[in-house]
Amino acid sequence: MTRQLLTGNGAAAWGARLAATDYIPAFPITPQTEIIEALANWIDYGEMDTRMVTMESEHSMITAAGAAAATGVRVFSATSSQGLLYAMEMLYTVAGWRAPFVLTNVSRGLAAPITLESDHNDIVAARDSGFLQLHCSTCQEVLDNTLIAFRLAEDKRVRLPVIVNLDGFYLSFTREPVELPEASAAKEYVGEYDPENIQFRASAPVSQAVAVLGGSPYSYFRYETHLAVQNGLTVFNEVADEFAEKFGRQYKTVEAYRMEDAELAFVMMGSFSTKAMEAVDKLRDSGWAIGLCRPRMLRPFPIKQFQEMLSHIKGIAVIDQNISMGMGGVLHTELMAAMYGQPDAPVISSFIGGLGGRDITMEEFFEMANTARNAVEQGQAPSPRLLYSENELREMRKLQSIAKVERDELGQSSGENSGGNTHE
Amino acid sequence: MSEVPMTRYKSLKHMPSTRLLGTGTPMCAGCGGLGALHEIYDILGEKTVFVNAAGCMTLMSVYPFTPFRGSWLYTAMASAPAGAQGIRDALDILIEKKRISKAEDLQVVVLTGDGSAYGMGLSATSGTMERDLDYLYICYDNEGYGNTGQQFSAATPHAAKTSTSMGPRGFSGFKKDLFAIWAAHKPAYVATVIGSEPVDLARKIEKAMQMKGPRMIIALSPCPTGWDYDPKETVEIGKLAVKTGVWPLKEYINGEIIHTKIPRQRQPVEEYLKLQGRFKHLFEPQRNETLISKLQNKIDTYWENIES
Repeated sequence: MTRQLLTGNGAAAWGARLAATDYIPAFPITPQTEIIEALANWIDYGEMDTRMVTMESEHSMITAAGAAAATGVRVFSATSSQGLLYAMEMLYTVAGWRAPFVLTNVSRGLAAPITLESDHNDIVAARDSGFLQLHCSTCQEVLDNTLIAFRLAEDKRVRLPVIVNLDGFYLSFTREPVELPEASAAKEYVGEYDPENIQFRASAPVSQAVAVLGGSPYSYFRYETHLAVQNGLTVFNEVADEFAEKFGRQYKTVEAYRMEDAELAFVMMGSFSTKAMEAVDKLRDSGWAIGLCRPRMLRPFPIKQFQEMLSHIKGIAVIDQNISMGMGGVLHTELMAAMYGQPDAPVISSFIGGLGGRDITMEEFFEMANTARNAVEQGQAPSPRLLYSENELREMRKLQSIAKVERDELGQSSGENSGGNTHE
Repeated sequence: MSEVPMTRYKSLKHMPSTRLLGTGTPMCAGCGGLGALHEIYDILGEKTVFVNAAGCMTLMSVYPFTPFRGSWLYTAMASAPAGAQGIRDALDILIEKKRISKAEDLQVVVLTGDGSAYGMGLSATSGTMERDLDYLYICYDNEGYGNTGQQFSAATPHAAKTSTSMGPRGFSGFKKDLFAIWAAHKPAYVATVIGSEPVDLARKIEKAMQMKGPRMIIALSPCPTGWDYDPKETVEIGKLAVKTGVWPLKEYINGEIIHTKIPRQRQPVEEYLKLQGRFKHLFEPQRNETLISKLQNKIDTYWENIES
């Protein structure tokens, strides 16, 4: 085992390499490009025995990934943001094929407005596709969870594609020390891909992904996929335990940080949760009984694990780096559903923050903790909060002033009735 | 220039006598696409995997039935060629890494309608040609979105009445020249075929099977429901499409375009048009001479360039 400074992208590429991937259909998109660049170089210099094909779109990329997995080879691919959405039709489709492979998503906010920086709206949009989802908060997790993801995807009880998610910029471009497993140990852990009956062979003709007529066979196959996704919880625990035995790092479907005797908890996903850990430490130093609960798995949704972990908690602050327009935070909604009707269910407050790479400051974590505590005292959560500071608003007004000056300079009318971000 | 071997299909009596494609599919009676597919499949054989895009022929394989003796994968409307890429690459990898024997290999065949081939799937198709993917593409071209009730597509001919061009002049656009677009990519092979010319079709499929790289086939597919004619006329309409010069039978090979059947005595296009309800408005309530001669002129111009 060696230790290297790797970016999150580098760690994802190493995961694909150590898993002895056979095939990589690719398409470049910021901030994922470093993954496919690294893999392409290794293949060109003979360090990986893998075939890589640059497709003309992510839609085609996921089609090729699913088709190759359905033919019986081990497949890896990577995308981000608009790419994930462009491929969305095929995410649902290849999950229905029960084609197991691993897809890295480097989370990035969605257009419009177009941005390169991170949030989770891309990955939560893939929530209902049939892909399992593992969310990482460090570069080490990216590598380890990529290896685990292959075991999870290829397990007979699951047989579905898995997305390993990491945040653009905050993880994709951040270098951290990462323990690289020995290639032989990684190979032994991931094992050979046995496609069983999922294959195309001259001696065994098969029709895959055929049409169905009527709701009954359709429902049957859809339910089967749902149940297979749910099996992912048990299978994850098994393959993660095996990983821990072999490599000494333990991963859970829901990670707890200083949750012992906690009365309050932050709940959030991804790399910003490392900031929440710092906030927890500081608040603990000031005498707060607070912890952090971080789902690694968003699909299947670890309902029981949440219920067990949060049953004794009085107040929760869910921080969503996504926004479901007209509803709010997706994790908040899901957690509410998981906790509803539980005896002594906690009061759950909702916060939206970190959209498009916007920072979440320590002060904001303290304020969210405070809000969650007040909500417990009042026995009622406040309406969801959209994090935005006075300072930010002032800076935004400055940008708008510049836009207005430039517009007036060009002699355009004020266009009071038109909306959209381009106009303000 | 590589040598193309002599054909075994010299005349109708040399055609395969066994029918490989099963019967009882849900295709319409008289489906010209199904006719062409029967002829193609008899030559291709069962060591094939068909990669399908959304269209009429998606209904060929409805769980748990299939008329194919070989394999099948349904993808989506836009990305059947990308599915072919994944399967071809995976089979190559499995053979290279000696996980399967060469005897397990399959011909990868994309099967789509014109809606996918001329439009939504064109980008994915272009990608496979640029990557020199070794596969066969069969487009059954019934000149409209047939499976959804014959709305006009990029393959619909000028003036044809479709369910989205019901007006007195029919479809105002012009049929896209997919043959030229495909040939511009310089793939191994491009050919037009039609089921009513089985010997020409058989030779082209036979030739395509002996090549590597992208081999692209467009089969004009007379469509009784979409073109509005009696199903028994499918073969006659197909023959007229060739005799009137509407559907030139040709191939692109080694950088050259060769016409495989030149109708020396071209019949007037109206012989082809008047059999089809979709062109009825050109003749009734009164004859639309302007539009008919416009269509005739287009055909004449095309062939003048070929014959000269």
